[in-house]
Amino acid sequence: MMVPAMRTLALALVLCLPLAAHATKIQSVRSPGGITAWLVQERTIPLLSINFSFAGGATLDDPARKGTGNMASVLLDEGAGPYNSLAFQTKLEELAVRMSFSADRNSFSGNMRTLTANRDAAFELLRLALNEPRFEAEAVERMRRQIITGLIEDKEDPNTIGGRLWFKTAFPGHPYGPSSKGSVETVTAITSDDLRGFLVKALARDRLTIGVVGDISADELGPLLDRTFGALVPGADFKPVPEIMPQGAGVLKVVQRDIPQSRVIFGGPGLKRNDPDWYAAYVLNYVLGGGGFSSRLNEEVREKRGLAYSVYSYLYPLDHAAIHMGGVGTQNGRVADALKVIMAQLALARDKGITAVELANAKQFLNGSFPLRLTSSGRIARLLLAIQRENLGIDYLDRRADLINGVTLDAVARVAKRLLQPDNLLIVVVGKPVGLTSRE
Amino acid sequence: MKQLIPALAISFIAALSAQSAQAALFHPKTHTLANGMEIVVIEDHRAPVVAHMVWYKVGAADEPPGKSGIAHFLEHLLFKGTEKVPSGQFSKIVARNGGRDNAFTSYDYTGYYQNVAKDKLDLVMGLEADRMVNLKLTTADVITERAVILEERRSRTDNNPAAQMREAMNAAQYMAHPYGIPVIGWKHEMEKLELADAVSFYRRYYAPNNAVLIVAGDVEASAVFAMAERHYGPLERAQTPPRRRPQEPPQLAARRVIFKDARVTQADWRRGYLAPTRTAGERQHAIPLSMFADLLGGGSTSRLYQALVVEGKVAASAGAYYSATGLDMGRFVLYATPSPGVSVAVLETAMDKALAAALKDGFTGKALERSRTGLLAAAVYARDNLFTSPRIFGDALTSGLSVEEVEAWPNEVRVVTMEQIMAAGRSVLVPRRSVTGLLLPAGGEGK
Repeated sequence: MMVPAMRTLALALVLCLPLAAHATKIQSVRSPGGITAWLVQERTIPLLSINFSFAGGATLDDPARKGTGNMASVLLDEGAGPYNSLAFQTKLEELAVRMSFSADRNSFSGNMRTLTANRDAAFELLRLALNEPRFEAEAVERMRRQIITGLIEDKEDPNTIGGRLWFKTAFPGHPYGPSSKGSVETVTAITSDDLRGFLVKALARDRLTIGVVGDISADELGPLLDRTFGALVPGADFKPVPEIMPQGAGVLKVVQRDIPQSRVIFGGPGLKRNDPDWYAAYVLNYVLGGGGFSSRLNEEVREKRGLAYSVYSYLYPLDHAAIHMGGVGTQNGRVADALKVIMAQLALARDKGITAVELANAKQFLNGSFPLRLTSSGRIARLLLAIQRENLGIDYLDRRADLINGVTLDAVARVAKRLLQPDNLLIVVVGKPVGLTSRE
Repeated sequence: MKQLIPALAISFIAALSAQSAQAALFHPKTHTLANGMEIVVIEDHRAPVVAHMVWYKVGAADEPPGKSGIAHFLEHLLFKGTEKVPSGQFSKIVARNGGRDNAFTSYDYTGYYQNVAKDKLDLVMGLEADRMVNLKLTTADVITERAVILEERRSRTDNNPAAQMREAMNAAQYMAHPYGIPVIGWKHEMEKLELADAVSFYRRYYAPNNAVLIVAGDVEASAVFAMAERHYGPLERAQTPPRRRPQEPPQLAARRVIFKDARVTQADWRRGYLAPTRTAGERQHAIPLSMFADLLGGGSTSRLYQALVVEGKVAASAGAYYSATGLDMGRFVLYATPSPGVSVAVLETAMDKALAAALKDGFTGKALERSRTGLLAAAVYARDNLFTSPRIFGDALTSGLSVEEVEAWPNEVRVVTMEQIMAAGRSVLVPRRSVTGLLLPAGGEGK
């Protein structure tokens, strides 16, 4: 499938908001009960998408019960209000409503899509899922089996093995360290009370952000917001997440696995989304490894040397940490060469920055390609969420092109020295690499 | 560029294509150039962008014997150069113009696309028309890119025991037809693919009369037709051979594929049945069969999920899928993952029992109407994503279907009866046409 190679890239793009001026009109809707949502009204097709998130997410998990938020997220549509699991799922099918929830390091998120004809009934199901989930024993145990089976399966996936070890090493003792899905041990320990306790903490209105796109007006949306979200707790106390820098500078960890291709994940400190040099870093990363088939890493590793099918880097700003990550997959006998080429490219960009032509090309792509992200209601709704979460302002779409066009060669050179430290990367290799051994 | 769509993605797209088309939904406008190139335009004015795609009616199942992977390899090589576009510049030119491009290969088609702002359509159409006939390859291009596709194979298949098991199952499913050969190719054959193989495949199949142009987005169809006439119109037809692949003999023996590997941590079970499509075999069963698949294993209210996951608790997940689109005989697939502590043997017994019960007793009328509602709603949801409709038409038109047949789909779904659904299920789900695959840890079931 197309997903594996592009997944991380897509994630980075969502988080990094490469926006550009466009006519999409965003309204800020305030419901009678005081709940705010951003809305793009689009009447062409009789449907709507709503995306929402509560900041905090999996960081609210008790470390001994890691995965509680994730488990709650898959149980919300497994029985709520008057409906048991089968009845709730049957309702969703009868109404052709699509609904899903998830918990990650930044937030607990949800989305729903419905046809206009079933709008009220769809929001009622969403209200029940958020406010009255049943957590019946049958559904809880069934979802536990599903999650644990997935976690066991993850242990044979080199990419997941590498990613988990990277985060565990970079963020020891911090909520960002373990996977949001938890482990077999922690998921086994989760109780229904844990799940209820999590929701009371996590679904608080003061951490709620909402984006809506589709066939609905502000007046129609307001009362639905109140009905759906109005009964959630206004705010909840929770232990603040400490700010943290990724650890493990200069560490290389080799995980021996009997596979023909070594999977490499490398990373170090990045930039927060509100950093004054964010746009310079964004342009730099595009040139280095974010630009798909146009990036320097792709040119040097894939096009010139045939060392990989996929090589990439991306900025990953979290709420309490900032990361610059990358990855490559190369046959065991040549993976050391691939890493050498990548490190040389990082050093080159650190020392010499980028060229004027590269800067111009990056600007043309980052601005010119922006409207390609306005091609489904769900994508626009996610964009509305991201702009709000990062406090970029409701006029951001109009200002974005100027922000990118304002990046200078000097700014890129400056941020390159700060961002690119090939000797200080934390590197994880999964496979049977030739010529690479762990170093602490 | 240069990405492969393996079987699962194909069936997803095909399932979607089965679920999504209706004249009243997409309003496609069509035209055919004098040189035989078909054009489909879907106007969508919500955003100032356009998807430009060229689909060739050639895929991995059209490869010469012993040259597996050449269709996909050539797809990669199309991003090298021509007289006008220096080697390696194609994607960079697209990116410089704010566009995203890529390509994909399947059994029945090879597709290329650029998503761009609408004022760049003329530019990308010129680039795509140029490389349809003017590709210039060097031995150096071939050597480097061959290393890339071998890495791609390692990433997708050789590093992944579950993918290796599916590859082995597929090979057992098709005894004669090339659908049994992986799209990406067998490693030992990929290693020997050469410049001449790529060039002869290119000359044979890359021509306007073997291509479908699909444009979706903020455009007027008449303007697209005129633009296409300018760029693609001057290209000459080629003598493209008819698509006659070796066909399956009657399948008389149920097969089992057991893949045991030290890397496997989680056992898995699946079974494929040789199945007709809308253009192959007993075609009348195709659309009823897609509804049978939905009722049997399409979601959490489905028969298999309820029997194996909810009631029996022997499976952590279970379901079925089937694609009604495909030039030749396709597959109907059952899958299940055993719950922790449950053996695959116990799971398989429960699966067989649930399947037998479904084939004997059928489904309720309410379940059928729910399924129909879901399929028809999917057709509306499909309109929401600009990039969905071009995929649906491309898949269909390169797999032997017409625009009209795609559009007739919702009306066909509306009138399918329970009798037709059960007749389709009973006709296709017979053990003799099946391959059962077990993915197991090296030590056995690990119970």
